[in-house]
Amino acid sequence: MNLCTIKRNIPFAATAVVALILYLAAGFRFHGFMSVGVFKNFFSDNSFLGIASIGMTFVILSGGIDLSVGAIVGLSSVIIAMMMETHHISPVLSVVTVLGVGVVLGTIMGALIQLFALPPFLVTLAGMFFARGLGLVLQPESITINSYDSLLSHWTLPMPLTALLYLSMFVIALIIAHFTKFGRNVYAIGGNEQSAMLMGLPVSRTKIGVYAFSGFCSALAGIVYTLYSPSGYARAADGLELDAIAAVVIGGTLLTGGVGFVAGTFIGVLIFGIIQSAIIFQGTLSSWWTRIAVGLLLLVFILLQKLLQLKRFATSKDVSK
Amino acid sequence: MSAKPANFSSAWSSLKWPALALALVLAFNLFLTPGFFHLTFRDGRVYGSLVDIINRGAPVILLSLGMTLVIATGGVDLSVGAVMAITGAIAAVLITKNVSSLLVIIGLPLVISIIAGAWNGALVGFIGVPPIVATLILMVAGRGVAQLLTNGQITFHNETFAYIARGHCLGLPFPITLVVVAFFVLLIATQKTAAGLFIAATGDNELASRCAGLHTRRVKLFVYVVCGFCAGVAGLIPAADIQQADATHAGEWLELDSILATVIGGTALTGGRFSLGGSLLGALLIQTVTTTILTRGVPSQLTLVVKALVVVSVCLLQSDKFRTFTLAAARMNRKAVTE
Amino acid sequence: MNDANQTDALLRARGVSKSFPGVKALQEVDFTVRAGEVHALMGENGAGKSTLIKVLTGVYRRDSGEIHLGDNLIDPRTPDEAQRMGISTVYQEVNLVPYLSVAENICLGRQRTRLGLLKWKEIRDRAEKALARLGVELDVTETLANNSIAIQQLVAIARALDTSARLLILDEPTSSLDEGEVERLFSIMRKLKADGLGIIFVTHFLDQVYAVSDRITVLHNGQLVGEYPAASLPRVQLISKMMGKELSELDLSRGRDDRAVASSLRAPLLELKGVSRNNAIKPIDLQIGAGEIVGLAGLLGSGRTETARIVFGLDPAETGEILLDGKPVQLNSALDAISHKLGFCPEDRKLEGIIPNLSVRENIVLAMQAGQGWLKYLSRARQNEIAEEFIRALNIKTPSPDQAIRLLSGGNQQKVILARWLASRPRLLILDEPTRGIDVGAKLEIEKLMAKLTTEGMAILFISSDLEEMVRNSHRVAVLRDRQKVAELSREQISEANIMHAIAATEVK
Repeated sequence: MNLCTIKRNIPFAATAVVALILYLAAGFRFHGFMSVGVFKNFFSDNSFLGIASIGMTFVILSGGIDLSVGAIVGLSSVIIAMMMETHHISPVLSVVTVLGVGVVLGTIMGALIQLFALPPFLVTLAGMFFARGLGLVLQPESITINSYDSLLSHWTLPMPLTALLYLSMFVIALIIAHFTKFGRNVYAIGGNEQSAMLMGLPVSRTKIGVYAFSGFCSALAGIVYTLYSPSGYARAADGLELDAIAAVVIGGTLLTGGVGFVAGTFIGVLIFGIIQSAIIFQGTLSSWWTRIAVGLLLLVFILLQKLLQLKRFATSKDVSK
Repeated sequence: MSAKPANFSSAWSSLKWPALALALVLAFNLFLTPGFFHLTFRDGRVYGSLVDIINRGAPVILLSLGMTLVIATGGVDLSVGAVMAITGAIAAVLITKNVSSLLVIIGLPLVISIIAGAWNGALVGFIGVPPIVATLILMVAGRGVAQLLTNGQITFHNETFAYIARGHCLGLPFPITLVVVAFFVLLIATQKTAAGLFIAATGDNELASRCAGLHTRRVKLFVYVVCGFCAGVAGLIPAADIQQADATHAGEWLELDSILATVIGGTALTGGRFSLGGSLLGALLIQTVTTTILTRGVPSQLTLVVKALVVVSVCLLQSDKFRTFTLAAARMNRKAVTE
Repeated sequence: MNDANQTDALLRARGVSKSFPGVKALQEVDFTVRAGEVHALMGENGAGKSTLIKVLTGVYRRDSGEIHLGDNLIDPRTPDEAQRMGISTVYQEVNLVPYLSVAENICLGRQRTRLGLLKWKEIRDRAEKALARLGVELDVTETLANNSIAIQQLVAIARALDTSARLLILDEPTSSLDEGEVERLFSIMRKLKADGLGIIFVTHFLDQVYAVSDRITVLHNGQLVGEYPAASLPRVQLISKMMGKELSELDLSRGRDDRAVASSLRAPLLELKGVSRNNAIKPIDLQIGAGEIVGLAGLLGSGRTETARIVFGLDPAETGEILLDGKPVQLNSALDAISHKLGFCPEDRKLEGIIPNLSVRENIVLAMQAGQGWLKYLSRARQNEIAEEFIRALNIKTPSPDQAIRLLSGGNQQKVILARWLASRPRLLILDEPTRGIDVGAKLEIEKLMAKLTTEGMAILFISSDLEEMVRNSHRVAVLRDRQKVAELSREQISEANIMHAIAATEVK
């Protein structure tokens, strides 16, 4: 084990340790926290955050950022609710359409960012406005979804559908990240885009593809949201993008890109779930403490990343951005 | 060659696009909205749509002024909405705790807003955290703090405090006075001290500025503090107006509005030269468009979609790659036509 | 050129030209590399070396001329195309992905997949094989950044071999290597040469060129000066060709005789004692007195700019001390230096000099204003006064002082930056290539200005590739070669010939 491998894995190790400490602390403090039911809920309740965070992981790994995630979740939930409830379109077709919409929106944003060199935060911020606005225009009120009941009663699943989708997506993301050329290209571009270009990698295609993938994940997260809530609501998942970014950063992915693990994001989402559950168990603390706790953790991990970066580049010249 | 009023003509040239756009929207209303330009005078006060626009747009204008300076250094401040929520919350808490001194009720929130700005400035300027991320932290945690303070929302009753939003000064609503004062204070600060030069230089080429002896870190700290303060002042207005601090919705969406206003006003997102006047016009334009849309009976949700499209369009127009792309396309078209 | 050798030619470039707006980077350059040879490409700044390399590797597209690789006419339009044709480049900054493993870096972009999934074992085996060709054994699963720059370079070379490169371009590979690592690189180059690869070796280290190259091509101002077998080209001739001068036609112009001798009796304003910085400059002693112009002469990469940067605090010194007025000082940043009344007109004006969208006036007064602080704002009138003064003095061509500086030509931009520093009146001014790109008339104006300032007590550290200019203006000249000071010339010793001899390490007359 050499120093750089250790250094590269410090953020991830720190995350795992923090998760463990939080879980043990909560388990010690709250009776019943360590039950199987509570543990299962970490994966079913936070499934839409988890799926959205998976998409976000790839975007951040490539060196970008996506602020439209929550808005697309809301938009997707509205579209699928409208298609199934109002227009009685089959669930399969509705799901495919919604996923398609997510991919298209993601691709457009990726193209604007890559081809015209517009800043990612601004394009995706505009995307957030666009998706929220579009969702509200289509349907300002919430739509309850009943169409799932008939569908789901046919299946008996080992775990809630939401958790199943989340875990499946996690496995798929792991495979993409570590076993496909696309995934490795994402890491390369995030690590050093100039080098990636000189090495002949398809930088444009990959960067646009990353945003398309994030759009897909957000749309899927929107569908999962409708399974969870069960309704379509344009204002749903307000601020989800911030939670997703927090989960990714806490999970050990560097904001500058190139370093990080999908597994880290998985643990980051887990930490989020632990904090939320702990606050609920506490009873007296309002749920808004989750936001503050997440903000603080985000800060700590960012400072940790900065500290590691400074040590790594201690001898280089004065070049800063 | 002697010193000419070149600065006036160059200032005008950078303002002409937002001014033109604003004029267009106003013209649209002139013809299609009856009574739009109608002003009435009662009890020594002025009333009318135009007054309403500036009045309701005051928070966005204030945010835009602060945001302009931050963007000029090549950064951005996403936490302005959250800071607005915090300042409104603190004022509300102080009032409900029966604090009598108006100085404290207004002063403490503003001090906190300065600290929030300094926090952002320290993270960005001294530690080197990218601005999006640094201000994101406050955006996330800040609203949580505001929500905690108010437990959601606090309603209160304080006539003197309400003056901030409902009072009148020289016949115009007080927020307009705030906007005018803020604009001129910042204009003088940037034009009559070295601040304007330092800010523009830092944003345009930070390395060269440092080599020339600029304390670029201090410059960055300064602009985030100013932006935080502007957000603080802006946050007091809606709280005073509705006599309520709503932690969830205070300042909602206003981050994008202020960024949009700055970009429309001619300040590039990459930093460098900035235009406070341009941002003022940009914010007025946004507010006018919003008002126009509402008076036409169009659902307000559509404004979000419209704003999104406008932001992207403005950025595309500023993007070199887009310009070369369209020029090349136009050239190819012309060639095809002439062949 | 002996045509019989053409049959061995791996790369034949004929009449290659490339222009950019305002500058002819390459003019009708011929360049030939044979299989199984190490061919050094040399030239000073603006010679066209990097442009030629970029044309060969597909980063730029040439305007005219032909390139043959083997028997085929080639036209590489992207780095990827060039790579697939068999031309691979290892850059000075290595240009690999630091956080990925060695194996991945070698195979990235060309991994073989089964059902879309990567075969990691195959990737590792391929990487080990490529490294074995270099005689290097590494843990290929290790992160690249964990290895020294020397090893990273070898990984980059291994990547090139994995792409079945026939022509390998090494762009300044030895800048960050120590002597042992350089030796290892050379033995690998000899091995590859024996395997039939053609190697283009771009460097400015004279000793290294002679140690490992078979032939040398020299470029100057975008044109081909000539191609020579290394064994039969004496050093001093190489240097003179690189500098664009023929030794025989050199006028042995002497240094200024009217120099004030008194300055050497005073305590020096600035003194460097044993100052060094890894991979930048070996321990150097240097003194500069008030009212003196000290020139730093040497070839590109000899350590001149690096020394200047240390003096100005941009790169901290690692050993030795810097004394100002006899007292040691810490110069850890530009601000430190400026507070001690030093000034620096940088070589790279785009990166470290101009504030592109600000006006000429603002660029000129910036350093002055920075020194005065936020509140003591120079009034518009005063700013215009200062700007006009320097626009006149340096003959800066601009429609008005309010013109954005990025719209000015390069030479005029340079004058504005110079004006910035002259306006702030430092005690010691470092000028790094101040007259590059400037017309002859303005050059003389600047020289007159320099002389006037020194009579007022300013000290100047002067770096210039223009030997004549250096000889004309300097009171003393320190000669650098391969990152160390090799000679110091004063008064009648200062001449172009002596400087070149000093660099070549032949006798100084």
